[in-house]
Amino acid sequence: MPEVVDAMLRCLVVVAAFMVLPLVIGQMEHKAMAHMQSRVGPMEAGGFHGWAQLVADGVKFIQKESITPAAADRKVFELAPAVALVPYLVALLAIPLGPFFGQGNLIGQDLDLGLFFVLAAMSVGVLGTLMGGLGSGNKYSYIGGMRVAAQLMSYELPMVLAAASVAMAAGTLSLVGIVQQWEPWWLLTQLPGLVVFFVAGLAELQRPPFDAPLADAELVMGPLTEYGGMRFAMFLLAEYAGILVLSALTTVLFLGGWAGPFSDHVGWLWTLVKVMGVAFLVIWARVAYPRLREDQVNALAWKVLVPVALAQVTLTTVLVVA
Amino acid sequence: MSTYGKGLLQGLAVTWRNLTRRSVTAHYPDVEPDLPPRSRGVIALQEENCTSCMLCARECPSWCITIDSHKETIPATTEGGRDRSQNVLDTFDIDYSLCMYCSICIEVCPFDALHWSPEFAYAEGDILDLTHDMNRLREWMWTVPAPQALDAGAEPSKELAAYEAKKAQEDAG
Repeated sequence: MPEVVDAMLRCLVVVAAFMVLPLVIGQMEHKAMAHMQSRVGPMEAGGFHGWAQLVADGVKFIQKESITPAAADRKVFELAPAVALVPYLVALLAIPLGPFFGQGNLIGQDLDLGLFFVLAAMSVGVLGTLMGGLGSGNKYSYIGGMRVAAQLMSYELPMVLAAASVAMAAGTLSLVGIVQQWEPWWLLTQLPGLVVFFVAGLAELQRPPFDAPLADAELVMGPLTEYGGMRFAMFLLAEYAGILVLSALTTVLFLGGWAGPFSDHVGWLWTLVKVMGVAFLVIWARVAYPRLREDQVNALAWKVLVPVALAQVTLTTVLVVA
Repeated sequence: MSTYGKGLLQGLAVTWRNLTRRSVTAHYPDVEPDLPPRSRGVIALQEENCTSCMLCARECPSWCITIDSHKETIPATTEGGRDRSQNVLDTFDIDYSLCMYCSICIEVCPFDALHWSPEFAYAEGDILDLTHDMNRLREWMWTVPAPQALDAGAEPSKELAAYEAKKAQEDAG
């Protein structure tokens, strides 16, 4: 019986984190992006500096009518938001937060194949946008869907290679194991991998500057053109959940997870701080850089990231073997 | 040394600078704006100065001024004097849904009956309410600020020069 309670509790914590942290990142994006553009962002909702803006947005989305276009592939169209959102929840289940006041590791489920599992789940998340693009029955969405597919093909490889480099260095695929094996000098030897992983992750999430599939000015949000109300909100939430998973994975793989002073007690806080730091970088990249053209997106992946990732893997191999 | 990647760093630098500085946003409903002198908010009518000469209504490029008046006779105050007649306003409406704030009416008024007030918050739910009648226009007079003082070192106004020249002449003569 205690095992069931334990499992339920872990699931609850993961779901709670899944509900809250993306909103925190979303709010951070609202405010940080605004200030980077010399604005103030939301100021009214909730009273204090618009802290409840996303809650208000959610309430608005719930009230909206759910429309399925006549030309849409109904089942695919309606399923797509769930396919986009749920994998990130699943991925979050296997990402460790770290020691919790000496009570053991705060994690949904410590899997031996944790890294493999999380990367697989993240790739499924992208399929949701692809389904939305192909199922909408709209030319803009279709082009957007094609671009999603191209981007997925290009960036999956460098991302997996960069992750593989860390797994090789740690000698394990378990995310907890990787953090335990982590040493500070990895920050240097795995730096190219870190950059490749982060950039490829941005592209995988179709975050600016890699948002050519969405490109609101030319493709009218691409795969999301026909979505409204709750389904659109789920895509939005998936985007921020994706940032959360990417940041958490970057933290765990490259930044040493909960490594830091007093990590036996407040390790989970260290992880959260690092995750938020990486999420801030994701937002910063969005504000600082203009969107890459479609050919530039693919050129960056194949001509820069893949060679760098391969070099990183070679370097790691040499270091591990030597 | 080539500057490869310099633009990427510049992008980060610019956004970071903005982030660490105060934003330039005007917090309008919470903080009243600091308007420059001679701001054109709303046109106020000094009804007593108006002679219904219709210059403003005729010069208005957007035809937003409606004037209606009648003549009243003022009986002669002295024995055997002539009765005088005076125009009295019945209607003086400015339709702010048409007004383009060009200030021609104010400049053309020979009797200083029209003035700019900096008040700008008179939005309405119904477009018909944007037509201000003369009572409402008269109320705006209370918000008209004193004329802006001249800048330091500016030429004194011609009216003042003329007045002083005349006064000097009178004193001498």
